Amino acid sequence: MTAPLAVFFVLAALAVIGAVNLILQKHPIHSALSLIVVMVALAGLYLLMGAEFVAAVQIIVYGGAIMVLFVLVIMLLNAGIEEHTSISKLAGVPGLLLVAALGGFIAATIARSTDVVQAAQQTGEMSSTKGISNMLFRDFVYPFELTSFLILVAIMGAVLLAQREKS
Amino acid sequence: MVPTNYYIILSAILFGLGVFAFVFKRNIITIFMSIELMLNAVNLAFVAFSRALGKLDGQVFVLFVIVVAAAEAAVGLGIIILIARNRQSLNVERVDLLKL
Repeated sequence: MTAPLAVFFVLAALAVIGAVNLILQKHPIHSALSLIVVMVALAGLYLLMGAEFVAAVQIIVYGGAIMVLFVLVIMLLNAGIEEHTSISKLAGVPGLLLVAALGGFIAATIARSTDVVQAAQQTGEMSSTKGISNMLFRDFVYPFELTSFLILVAIMGAVLLAQREKS
Repeated sequence: MVPTNYYIILSAILFGLGVFAFVFKRNIITIFMSIELMLNAVNLAFVAFSRALGKLDGQVFVLFVIVVAAAEAAVGLGIIILIARNRQSLNVERVDLLKL
């Protein structure tokens, strides 16, 4: 087994264990911490693929900003252990069916399209950060500006929602 | 080099776990976290295809997905705070105003 493959399996196992732990944990704060493990493992996988800029953004934005927001809200609302009623335990059955259907569909798609993906040339080394900034500010400049508008609207929405009503 | 297939299979596994958590979990914050897990799984597939095809479009799209996820987290957590304030509970079964 080559070194990149070994690193891949370690990180993949870490990500899958984190995701399973997210489901198994009862307390939301434990779920949030296992989600951080998944995100850090995915950042490692991005580094392995030579996408160092995406890896950095993953750590800073997802692992940093978004998860801090989640943990903050969990502590702000003093979220306790989640309770399952007898009906909600049954939710696992349609959940498993849905996952099985989805997994079968994805597996069929992967099995069909393997040749196309494998035939594509694998270019491991590419100057990714420079290329990304070139594309982001040249080819995708209008979508990029639109995202700033989206963030502006999201800020206004979040402020409006979390505001206490004036009586 | 790790084959692209492995990344896609890992992405599918993570997405499936996210879907299951979305259906199974009862805490509204954990449900929201499983959406983030699904978005992360899709990002992994994007980067894997970007590498396999030797084009950077996938990585640029991942950045857009991350921006949308951040905006969604801000608005969604605002909504969660509102629900918690009005219902005094984070259990989605208590949020049944539309139920007959």
